[in-house]
Amino acid sequence: MRPPKTHAPAGTHSSTDFGYLHSVESGAAVDGPGMRFVFFMAGCLFRCVYCHNPDTWKLHNGRKITVDDAVAEIKPYAGFLRMAGGVTISGGEPLMQAPFVGEMFKRFKSELGLHTALDTQGYLHASMDDEWFDNVDLVLLDIKHSDPEVYQRLTAQPLQPTLDFAHRLQRLQKPIWLRYVLVPGWTDGHDDIARLADFVADLGPIVERVEVLPFHQMGTQKWAQLGMDYPLAGAPTPTPESTAEARSIFAERGLTVF
Amino acid sequence: MGILSQTIVPADPWADFKGEKWRNAVDVRDFIQNNYKPYEADAAFLAGPTPRTLKVWETLGVLLAEERKKGVLDVSADRASTITAHDAGYIAKDIELIVGLQTDAPLKRAIMPNGGLRMVENGLEAFGFKLDPSVHEVWTKYRKSHNQGIFDVYSPEILAARKSGVITGLPDAYGRGRIIGDYRRVALYGTDALRAFRLKDFRGLENEVFNDDVMRLREELSEQYRALDELKEMAAKYGYDVSRPAVNAREAIQWTYFAYLAAVKEQNGAAMSLGRVSTFLDIYIQRDIDAGLLNEEQAQELIDDMIIKLRIVRFLRTPEYDQLFSGDPTWVTESIGGVGEDGRPLVTKSSFRFLHTLYNLGPAPEPNLTVLWSTKLPDGFKTFCAKVSADTSAIQYENDDLMRPKWGDDYGIACCVSAMRIGKQMQFFGARSNLAKALLYAINGGVDEKSGAVVAKGFEPIKGDVLDYDEVMAKFDKMMDWLAQTYVKALNTVHYMHDKYAYERIEMALHDRDILRTMACGIAGLSVAADSLSAIKHAKVKVIRNEAGLAVDYKIEGTYPAYGNNDDSVDSIAVWLTETFMKKIAAQPYFYRNSMPTQSVLTITSNVVYGKKTGNTPDGRRAGEPFAPGANPMNGRDTKGFVAAGASVAKIPYDSALDGISWTASATPDSLGRTDEERARNLANCLDAYSAAGGFHVNVNVFNRDTLVHAMDHPELYPQLTVRVSGYAVNFVKLTREQQLDVISRTFHSKM
Repeated sequence: MRPPKTHAPAGTHSSTDFGYLHSVESGAAVDGPGMRFVFFMAGCLFRCVYCHNPDTWKLHNGRKITVDDAVAEIKPYAGFLRMAGGVTISGGEPLMQAPFVGEMFKRFKSELGLHTALDTQGYLHASMDDEWFDNVDLVLLDIKHSDPEVYQRLTAQPLQPTLDFAHRLQRLQKPIWLRYVLVPGWTDGHDDIARLADFVADLGPIVERVEVLPFHQMGTQKWAQLGMDYPLAGAPTPTPESTAEARSIFAERGLTVF
Repeated sequence: MGILSQTIVPADPWADFKGEKWRNAVDVRDFIQNNYKPYEADAAFLAGPTPRTLKVWETLGVLLAEERKKGVLDVSADRASTITAHDAGYIAKDIELIVGLQTDAPLKRAIMPNGGLRMVENGLEAFGFKLDPSVHEVWTKYRKSHNQGIFDVYSPEILAARKSGVITGLPDAYGRGRIIGDYRRVALYGTDALRAFRLKDFRGLENEVFNDDVMRLREELSEQYRALDELKEMAAKYGYDVSRPAVNAREAIQWTYFAYLAAVKEQNGAAMSLGRVSTFLDIYIQRDIDAGLLNEEQAQELIDDMIIKLRIVRFLRTPEYDQLFSGDPTWVTESIGGVGEDGRPLVTKSSFRFLHTLYNLGPAPEPNLTVLWSTKLPDGFKTFCAKVSADTSAIQYENDDLMRPKWGDDYGIACCVSAMRIGKQMQFFGARSNLAKALLYAINGGVDEKSGAVVAKGFEPIKGDVLDYDEVMAKFDKMMDWLAQTYVKALNTVHYMHDKYAYERIEMALHDRDILRTMACGIAGLSVAADSLSAIKHAKVKVIRNEAGLAVDYKIEGTYPAYGNNDDSVDSIAVWLTETFMKKIAAQPYFYRNSMPTQSVLTITSNVVYGKKTGNTPDGRRAGEPFAPGANPMNGRDTKGFVAAGASVAKIPYDSALDGISWTASATPDSLGRTDEERARNLANCLDAYSAAGGFHVNVNVFNRDTLVHAMDHPELYPQLTVRVSGYAVNFVKLTREQQLDVISRTFHSKM
């Protein structure tokens, strides 16, 4: 295995022999084009206040698997996935285990011929070389906010690496589906969305679509199960009008929005 | 429009039709194959509802609302129903295109005491009606019912098994149903020709030895041609002469419907399915369109009007029956699509028109629209089906690629998942036995875990504190022998008596003389039994006994793989259970009328009742908790999403369950894609994959949990909200609260 170019950030997992898997979903239809088999990798360094899967935060809470295990898990569905969609690696933050995830993509591509998508915030991208992305057909890029300060408050991490990642994808000409979670009072400010929309529009045609995802309260139970206080307990969900308005801000810039 | 304009009868009703064979003998399939026009494009040609259609539907809407409030709108309790018992009835006489009601008024239910007088009386009482004394007198003094006959024969063991719920839902107090008359024959040939064919069949037996079989058959044939005469008399009350073939599309639809109507006037069968009429009728519609006699709007209007009639088929049933089969279902199942043996799709424009009624009239549970899915169906039809599913949750899919090799290309689905060649095959409906409870009987030596009564005699309980897989399997094997034996004895009794006292005269008149009969057994609790055995095998299951020494609860240490995650280590157990119980059924010494034993993995809504009647199980399921319906994985245990769940279900071998394997899948609209087009494409791809994997049946529900929760509290806002349960669809608001909660608690496959 080729070692990563730069040192992996603290807390990440650099082995290619095994990785940590939170769970799988065999029938997802909104995590990339068509029907997707999704690997939810364990571990995330973000602490988003509205996270709906806080149970994926801890790397070592995941099930230890090898790349062979991952291939065996998805193999029964390969025929279906080649016809109907592909595979998405999500999390958690899959780049926490970038070398392992890179091996997964490589095998899914070379052995199974699947369309591949990476669902990430991109923050950790600097540790991978460009070749890592050869086996990734699409990046589902999650940008939580356009204001660096709010971004930090929202996620406990800085914004800039994510923006750099977007530019890197532009350079690599990797297609992007941009995802933006709309949280009333946190991410629904008109100017904030407009700033993000400007940035995204500047990336050009590699941005195939923008998905504005209205915040929902389905994660509440998980926070409770983990014995943690949910910062957004009881927070309202966006109205259809405010969701439509957010979408229109992207659409006004010629972006395809869902 | 000239609604009741006089039809001029042409010299040759079969003008422009091709083919020879069907002209000289009753052969509807040959007629279809020679004359239908496959349609391979999309749904763009369809027409919306006409003001006339909407007016009829709205007129009915008022009555439907009233019925929802009262449960039963009205009953004709003054007479036992027959094909000719009632005068003509109408919804809106002047504007109806297709006419005919079960009694003389819409939603007024008939009574059919041949099945059992007690059921009729209980049904009437439950809804505040009273039986006419003369009917009571006839069925207590002079006429014996099906139900009485059966209880004259049942053994104490059958009675005990029935009471405990290890066998449940036997059609011993209600009509067995699941027989499809070939109603198309009346349109194609008219009753006079059918009567003549029948008479020939009858005469062909004159020189046979008059043994039990021949005498019974001759009596039945006599009843059959008499029933054909009654059908003619009934149609005449509406001003139509069905003694001759239909000459145009409207008559073809009317004649077919009259034939079906005669059946539901005569029989209160559990499932009164329609068959496979849409492509047959399309031939007439297309002929009229080609001749310039009909346009698309008028064609759709005829179908819409027929569907309105099929939506209001009603039977008087008891609250106990409703618990088993909730929501007033009638299973007016119409099978649509499929592919012919020659490879041409059997999809016509009328296949689309039938599904389109769900838009023109709004969603509804009946008729039970069933798409015979094949990976070889035209894309336009696949996409349209998937869109209709996503929009209405009202259709189910069954695998034509599995069924065609067994039953040809002119079979239909009776009830939920039972395939039969139309007019050439019928079944003896056998409800189901409870495998999960049988497993508990194996552990407790035949003693019922709830009542403490000995149900299966001569068995030793398991005495150890930790369940040993091999010991459990050995005992379970013997218990399944007992169950199969008791079960088949009961079914032989039921069907002997049904033929004797509640024979389906008109339905059988629309069959060939010599037919295939199946003895359709069934199993419930497949996933509970499979998971229990998996827990015993892969984890450690400790037995908790009560003071009487009866195993009443189980403690699981460790984890076990659950059925529904495409994991062979447990899915193979579910396969083994299905195959093994089928073998045990098939090993029984006698099947009434040489019937061929089959089984289904289907519960309808009785998964709730089965759960109620079954104690704690070794998989961790609590006493009283509903089973998963049909072949579904247990709620919440299929953690890898619906593609993995479907892959598990698809492993259950059709060869060991020729009466069908039911899977009900639910998804939220948002989880299927971002746009209507994406949703339709994704769903169609999933259906293709499931079919290709050998999956037999799937109910597709697409809705939000919140909608259902809201509908529970505000039923008046959701009169047409339709959900698919095991093998049929219901108006959600007509389910019992318990069943509503069961539907809601089921796994909603929406990624978080």
